[in-house]
Amino acid sequence: MKSHLSALAIAATLSVSALALSGTAQAGATFDGVKQKGYVQCGVNLGLYGFSAPDDKGKWSGLDVDMCRAVAAAMFGDAEKVKYTPLSAQQRLPALQSGEIDLLARNTTRTLTRDTANGLNFTPTNYYDGQGFMVSAKLGLKSAKQLNGATVCVLPGTTTEQNVSDYFRANKMTFKPVVIEKNEELNKAFFAGRCDALTSDASQLAAIRAAEVQNPADYVILPELISKEPLSPAVRQGDEEWTNLVTWAFYAMVQAEEKGLTSETVDAAMTSPDPDVKRLLGVTAGNGKALGVEENWAYAIIKQVGNYAQSYERNVGAGSKLKMPRGQNALYTEGGLMYAPPMK
Amino acid sequence: MTNPVQALNSARVRGWLYQALFLACTLAVAWYLVSNTLTNLANRGVATGLGFLHREAGFEIGESLLSYTASDTYLKALVVGLLNTLAVSAAGVVLATVLGVLIGIGRLSSNWMVNRFATLYVETVRNVPLLLQLVVWYTILNRLPSPREALEILPGIFLSNRGMKFPVLVEHAGHGWILLALVAGIAAAFAVVRHGRRRREATGKPFPTLPAAIAAVLLPPALAFIATGAPLAFDVPVLAGFNFEGGGSVTPEFTALLIGLSVYTAGFIAEIVRSGILAVPHGQTEAGLALGLSPGKILRLVILPQALRVIVPPLTSQYLNLTKNSSLAVAIGYPDLVSVSNTSANQTGQVVEAVAMMMLVYLIISLAISGFMNWYNRRVALVTR
Repeated sequence: MKSHLSALAIAATLSVSALALSGTAQAGATFDGVKQKGYVQCGVNLGLYGFSAPDDKGKWSGLDVDMCRAVAAAMFGDAEKVKYTPLSAQQRLPALQSGEIDLLARNTTRTLTRDTANGLNFTPTNYYDGQGFMVSAKLGLKSAKQLNGATVCVLPGTTTEQNVSDYFRANKMTFKPVVIEKNEELNKAFFAGRCDALTSDASQLAAIRAAEVQNPADYVILPELISKEPLSPAVRQGDEEWTNLVTWAFYAMVQAEEKGLTSETVDAAMTSPDPDVKRLLGVTAGNGKALGVEENWAYAIIKQVGNYAQSYERNVGAGSKLKMPRGQNALYTEGGLMYAPPMK
Repeated sequence: MTNPVQALNSARVRGWLYQALFLACTLAVAWYLVSNTLTNLANRGVATGLGFLHREAGFEIGESLLSYTASDTYLKALVVGLLNTLAVSAAGVVLATVLGVLIGIGRLSSNWMVNRFATLYVETVRNVPLLLQLVVWYTILNRLPSPREALEILPGIFLSNRGMKFPVLVEHAGHGWILLALVAGIAAAFAVVRHGRRRREATGKPFPTLPAAIAAVLLPPALAFIATGAPLAFDVPVLAGFNFEGGGSVTPEFTALLIGLSVYTAGFIAEIVRSGILAVPHGQTEAGLALGLSPGKILRLVILPQALRVIVPPLTSQYLNLTKNSSLAVAIGYPDLVSVSNTSANQTGQVVEAVAMMMLVYLIISLAISGFMNWYNRRVALVTR
């Protein structure tokens, strides 16, 4: 029954959003609107540990939440000027298209369709993810290639089912899927041993492991990632000023990591002789004016939110329960994909 | 004969007019909804139509009555889902009926234990949401040991959290003959039953119908079995890699759904059976007693035939409920029509088509069950002589 309804809901939101699309797209409307109301309305996950989740006092934190906070810091010099709208996977695109939110930072994969036909603009990827497999450590598996004949628990609703079928077919292996619609039931079935492997985005597997298992070492995430999931914040098409601000707010965090600036050292760096650092922190003016905000916009981000490495380690890396290695999310200088264009 | 204004005073003309207006309004609303949806989908650049049915599905299905792989079409995937729905519904209807009749009779039993137990059963299963019951059954089945520590309940039959694995017969040319002999046996049994009834009606002498019919059914295949050289080779499940290989299997998802649907619906059927039996006047029982029939025979020959005409119509709606409730399968991972349709809709983005097809299929199934039950109802209805 529930699924009939959700399918109908998709159909309904599709038609609603189709109506909404025609009414948007005034240059600068979002940027000016945000400035006027004094806060950023940010669409986030309903609760995904490490990316966006409220604590017991209702305070949101996570890698995606830091993105919202960075934009607010750049705009207002205050990272707290954010209001959060928790969104389900089905609600997220219509919420942005209809103008309900200004920025969508909700572990959303950048795809061609979403970037074009759905009327969105994606800003740089803030987390490179991919679909992986989690298995019990007792099985002693080292590679997903050893999963021939396995039973795999799959969550429906995205491309997950097709990705896993493609992977097994490409490697001439067979498997039995167990497809359960509700996250909790699926996880319960997996941890009860109904399936040999659980498949989802690697970051989500780590989040599930952190939340459900007493000893995380009992379960391993196999090294193979079988799909590309570049999780990227998104904005509506038609407001380049706003797109620019969100884009460069993220790049500022990456640039700060590259230059070794942290929220602790940024004050001391104000006197740095490095011309790149001077431009980034607004000591040499120009960047702020070009973006339409105060010259100290990047300083505010680094001071209040931190650089990308700080945000990563605090939310999903070594300093968190997820313990995700940097992997593809390391700086390009360390073999990763994080690369900020020159900020001048 | 009259002018238009006078015609409006005629009840018949106004009746027609109102009906025409109502029909026009309904059609206009339907047209608006369809065209609005199509326009908006077109604006969004969403493809419409049923062309996707012939594209490669690209996803696996956990269990299937046909041989299915990810390289088959969406159409085949949907058929697999439909067959899964029909399989669990058909098995559920049979099981729920048997269980429901037993519990319903138990509710009327003069044995205190049986009576109270049946009451407890009915009150419990009817008043706990079905979804919750399904999750409970599924959780229980998932608590069974892993394949490596599977319980061997009977030689060759293994119970684990991957389901029940059992040996199946290896195909042999002789099986066709045995099957043929079985069909012949069933036909012979019908003849025996008819002969027995005729003799009883003509002479009043009882005829051992049941033993004779059983013998008629079983003897020919047994003879054929011996004649073809007793082809009895079993494909026994063995542990290999992650799971058992070979043999047949029933998954925990199917079992949990079947038990859940049957147990739940049986609660309602029991009440229907009870009310049906109570609807037969007590004088009928007394008349049976006066004729010297045993209580079992009274129930079978006097009460149930009369109770059936009260039971069948509400029973139909319980069968429909069970079939429609099988769509809760998505909650526990049984790949039924809804589950497969949802995945197809997600992958193709053609949600409207998928939902429309699902609705149409459930409508057809429900109408077919209704049609069959109405036919059966006419058969058991009392014929006034």
